[in-house]
Parts: sequence; C-alpha cells; structure tokens
Amino acid sequence: MRRIVSVLVENKAGVLSRTAGLFARRGFNIESLAVGETDDPSISRMTIVAEGDERTLEQVEKQLNKQIDVIKVKFLELDASTRRELMLIKVNATPQNRGEIIDIASIMKAKIVDMSHSTLTVEASDRPDRVKLLLEMLAPYGIAEIARTGMVALQKGPEALRM
Amino acid sequence: MISGAQAIVQSLMEEGVQVVFGYPGATVCPLYDALLGSPIRHVLTRNEQNAGHAANGYARISGRPGVCIATSGPGATNLFTAIATAYLDSIPLVAITGQVPTSQLGRDVFQEVDTTGAAAPFTKYCALVKEAAQLPRALKEAFYIASSGRPGPVLLDIPMDVQRQLVAFSYPKEVSIRGYKPQFQGHPVQVKRVAAALRQARRPLLCVGGGAQTPTAKAGVRRLCERLSLPAVSTLMGLGVLPTAHPCNFGMVGQAGSPLANRLVRESDLLLIVGARVGDRAVSSPQTLEGESVIVHIDIDSAEINKNLGTTIPLVGDAGAVLSQLLEQPLGEGWPGWRQQLERERPAPGFARREQPLDPRWFLRTLSEQMAPDGIYVADVGQNQLWSAQSCLIPPEGRFLTSGGLGTMGYALPAAAGAQLAAPGRQVVAVCGDGSFQMSMMELATLCQEGLPVKLVVVKNQMLGLVREIQEDSYQDREYGVQLGSLPQLGQIAAAYGIPHRRVERAQEAPEGIRALLEAPGAFLLECDVDPREKTH
Repeated sequence: MRRIVSVLVENKAGVLSRTAGLFARRGFNIESLAVGETDDPSISRMTIVAEGDERTLEQVEKQLNKQIDVIKVKFLELDASTRRELMLIKVNATPQNRGEIIDIASIMKAKIVDMSHSTLTVEASDRPDRVKLLLEMLAPYGIAEIARTGMVALQKGPEALRM
Repeated sequence: MISGAQAIVQSLMEEGVQVVFGYPGATVCPLYDALLGSPIRHVLTRNEQNAGHAANGYARISGRPGVCIATSGPGATNLFTAIATAYLDSIPLVAITGQVPTSQLGRDVFQEVDTTGAAAPFTKYCALVKEAAQLPRALKEAFYIASSGRPGPVLLDIPMDVQRQLVAFSYPKEVSIRGYKPQFQGHPVQVKRVAAALRQARRPLLCVGGGAQTPTAKAGVRRLCERLSLPAVSTLMGLGVLPTAHPCNFGMVGQAGSPLANRLVRESDLLLIVGARVGDRAVSSPQTLEGESVIVHIDIDSAEINKNLGTTIPLVGDAGAVLSQLLEQPLGEGWPGWRQQLERERPAPGFARREQPLDPRWFLRTLSEQMAPDGIYVADVGQNQLWSAQSCLIPPEGRFLTSGGLGTMGYALPAAAGAQLAAPGRQVVAVCGDGSFQMSMMELATLCQEGLPVKLVVVKNQMLGLVREIQEDSYQDREYGVQLGSLPQLGQIAAAYGIPHRRVERAQEAPEGIRALLEAPGAFLLECDVDPREKTH
C-alpha cells in the first residue's frame, strides 16, 4: 500500500535528519520526501510517500507522532488530494530533433526553460503519473541529467492541516 | 547576567537536582567551574558510561530524572551505552554533554563528534543548544520530556562557548511543547470497554511490565489483583510490581521465565497487559496469541500498542491513572476459582540446597530472603541476571533493578551506586557475574570515594556463562572466547580498595557469608563460586 503522509514539524536544525532517520532505522520504505517552510516560519511541512502494509503504516504514524518536534501527522487519501511533483530534465537534443522534443513538452504542458547546442531543459510541474509519462516520452532522446522534488500534496476542499 | 554554565547550574537547582554524575573534560570545564561552590553534589565515576548507569539507578529509586555529564567526543560516546540502556528501559535521564565551540563545529577538531546526530536514535529527545539564552528553556523542557509520558533519556549538547556566554537568567514556569502532549488519563470509553471485557472473561491474566513500576501503578495492580483474585505474571522489567510471594503472582514470562507463566499467557482468554511492550524476550511469538484471546493493552506510548502484538482493546494512558479509572468500574465478582485452580499447579521451586557446587538460584534466593524488607536488588546481565530473576524474593517494599531491554553488562555496580545515593538509608545489593563485574569494577573507587555501603555479590564461574550456554545449546558445545582466564583474586581487588571480602564455596558457608555481607557497615564484596556448566534453564 502506498500512502502520502503530511507532517508538520518544528522548523529547526536536525529535525529533517531525525525524521528521515526514523524511517531508515525502523525499516519503513520511503519513496520520496519533500520539505519546505510553511506560512508560519516556525513550522515546516514534510510530504512523505511511504510504502507498507496497514500495520506498518500505523507504526509510521505513531512513531512520527512520538517525535517531540513533530506537531501533526496526517495521511492523505490519494484521490482526495491534489498531488504535484516538479521535475527538471536536461535532455539531449540535436537541431534535427529539437522540434519533436518541443512538441512533446507542449503536449504535456511542460516548459522549455533552458537550451544549449546539444541539450534542452524541460520543466514539468504536474501530477506524478504525468511527470512519469513525460519522462518516458523524453527518455529515448537521451537524458543528460534530471532533478525531481518528490511529491507534495494538499487535501482537496476547505479542510486544512494547520496548527 | 550570569554565564551559560551558571545558567545550567541554576536550572538544575530549579529542578531540585541534588546529585549529578559525571566525568569532566575540556568542553565541560565552564560547567564544572560553575558547579564548584553550588549545593549540587557531583559524583565522579571512573568512566562516563558508569555515570549514566549511576544516574539510571538514581532515577529509578528517586522517581526523578537522573543527571549525568560528559565531555565532548569520547566522553559523549562512552555515555551512549548508558543512554541507550536508559532508552530501552524507559528511564528518565538528562544527559549534558560538552561540545566544541560553535565556531569550530563540523571541522573535526579535537574531541569533536556529532553527538546529537549519533544519539538521536536512542534518546527520547536531543538538541544542540547554540545560544546561552536558550539554556533555561532547553533544560526546563529536557526535564519535562524526560520525566513525563513514557519516560526516557534526553540529551543536551552544549558547546563550550555557549557555556561562557552571558545570559539574563529567568527560569520558565510553564512548559508547553506543541508537538508533545502525553496522554495521562485513559479514554473513558476504552476504560468501560476493558471493564466489560473483564466481566466476561473466564480465565483472565494480568501481565505487568516496567511501566507499572510507579507507586500508583503498583498500588493499582495490587488492588486489582486482590479485589478480583486476578492471576498475574510479570516481565523482567515488571518484577517487583507485585511482591514475589503474593498469592496472585504466578511468576515471570519469557525465555528465562517460568513454564507456568508462559503457559498462562497462551491459555488465558483475556490478557491484560499493563506497561509492557511485549518484547521478543518476553513473548517470543506474539502473533500466535492474536485471535486466540482478548488482548487488552494499557500503555502510555500508543506506538507500543499493535507494534508487536495485535490488540483487541487499546488503552493509552499512564498505568497508575488508568488502573485507578478501571477500579472505579463494575468489574464483577472476580475469579477466586480460577486463581485457586492455578494455585494447585504452582510448581515447587526449581532449585534446592546443594552443598558443592552450590546452586546459584538457591544462593540468590537465600540472599534475597535475608535482605531488608525495603532492600534494592540490582542484577547485572548474564546468567546472574536470569538466576536472580528466577529466584530472588522481592518483598512489597523491595525493588529489583536490571538492564532489561539493552542487556548492558556492567550495569549493576554503577546503578547500585546511584540507587544508594538516592536512598542512603536503604540496603542496596548488586549481584554481578565475574564477567559483568569486570566490566565496571573500576567503580569500586566511586563507592569508596563517596562512602557508599553497596553490597556486592559476584557469582563466579570464570566463564561468560550465558554465551557459553548458547554455544552449548546451539553450537554443538563448541566453547570459544568465553573462558575468563587470569581472573584476578577478587579478595585482593577488594583489599586494594579497602573493601572487606569473603568467599562462599559451599552451601554451608552461605548463611555466614550473607550475614557478613548484609551486616557490614560499608561496602562489602561477597564472592560465590558456582559451576561453569550450570545453566539458566
């Protein structure tokens, strides 16, 4: 089972490593982890995509809650949340196939943000499955390098995870 | 304005700290300078690890966090074993480590390690305090976190320059940590569910762990057992919650526990677990219990519920508070018939007087029977621990301390020193093996220096007996690396510290040896020879 965990934590030194370390030492599988400050600068929000059976995920939640610097933990339902990932891909491009790559980017609503004689850099901010599809479409051209944020997510509707 | 170091000392005094255990070094010199002249008693141990164990023994007897201090680098890493020991047994400690000056952090300077990075997995909380202005709040929170909820060790890493910065001292009155709100009372709905399940049970069993060692929880357990004739078993950490000789006490569970206690865990139709985490040494295959019986799990740490054992009724809260709530519920007539039926199955003691080699269980039983009614029995780790747990008699006011979760050899002597400092008038007996004794025998110096009348018993077989036992049972008796050759003459070791000594080789010498041990005005070392091939099961 794959779940999204939203975690509000104290925005202090060491909290990120302690939280990430918790997953490692308890043997929880983590697919991605994204973290950033919230509107309250004393609080950061982590979005963790974790994998495991129900009992493992219950432990994930409890062990996170047990951390003194963890303020709130909430599992987000996949279909009841808006999910996004940002990806930058530098793809090999020749003058001959540059047009094809620009076409793919435009169909996928991605942007070309940089270019050189031999590469194009594409920026995609989209649902994780669409980011994955874009990556598949660009892979045949040869990927020079790639950077991804991991998933961030908010629950749909007016409900909010706040202090 | 006072220095950061003085602010630490002031904070300790605000917390009512009377004794700290430590070992100085360059990065805690400002703190030591501030301790000089303060009313706080500093107890110098001979290794930082033992300062941590002494703070552990002190905490368990005083009921308040034990404080230990070490310098940066090797001081901190030596302390880690003691911190992990406290973490696994949920013992409240506040550990203060010195750190290199903030301007040099991260440069691998002399005696620098990433203390908080390394300690995070086995502390309840740890923090690097980078400004003296944060010290009072950091200490206030450290004591609060260590002692509330599920207790545990908290480490504060304090760079040397922070100890020297000036700060306007004001100690916070209140503490409020938004990510930490431990639940003390049990949820009333869950309490009612537990009461209803109990009323329907036919063969219920109570299983108590270390979480029930508080005075209120102990009283609650006794009242519950006595009112309902509820049979009870205990984990290693729960020994002494019910007196050994209590009619409802059916012994210790686990690998080294009694067959009856283990059978009862499997055969009961309702298992009421209070303050125990169902660890692998207590219940080796907890999954087999799931679905067979109603499992009620009372624990202050919700993460322990459903971790090792699927639970029918979870109940989060302090063991003492929850038991008081439960006792206010209608619980039915109890189970005198069930308890009496079990009484008939109660086994005869698995040990007897044997002249030579004497049976260590008989010896330790005899020792514990002679101890003061409020005596504190501290068992080390190894065969001596299991023999102690199997045979020692813990009276209603007595205590049994040991390193249960981490199984740290060398625990007994320093922990006994700490316990003695917490209760100067009580009798403290430390029981070690000759292996574990040699892991901390340098602390004999601490006993002498502080004038602590700790009674030491070394159960001697010139062998790392428990490992030898594993080798016999699982490695075709291929003994290797377990013979304690060149064992020093323990009498001469004791004499070197001016501690009287006596040796017991036969059963007939035991009463006299035990009397000499327990009646000695100061520290005493009693050596007891046992057969190296004697086993724990």
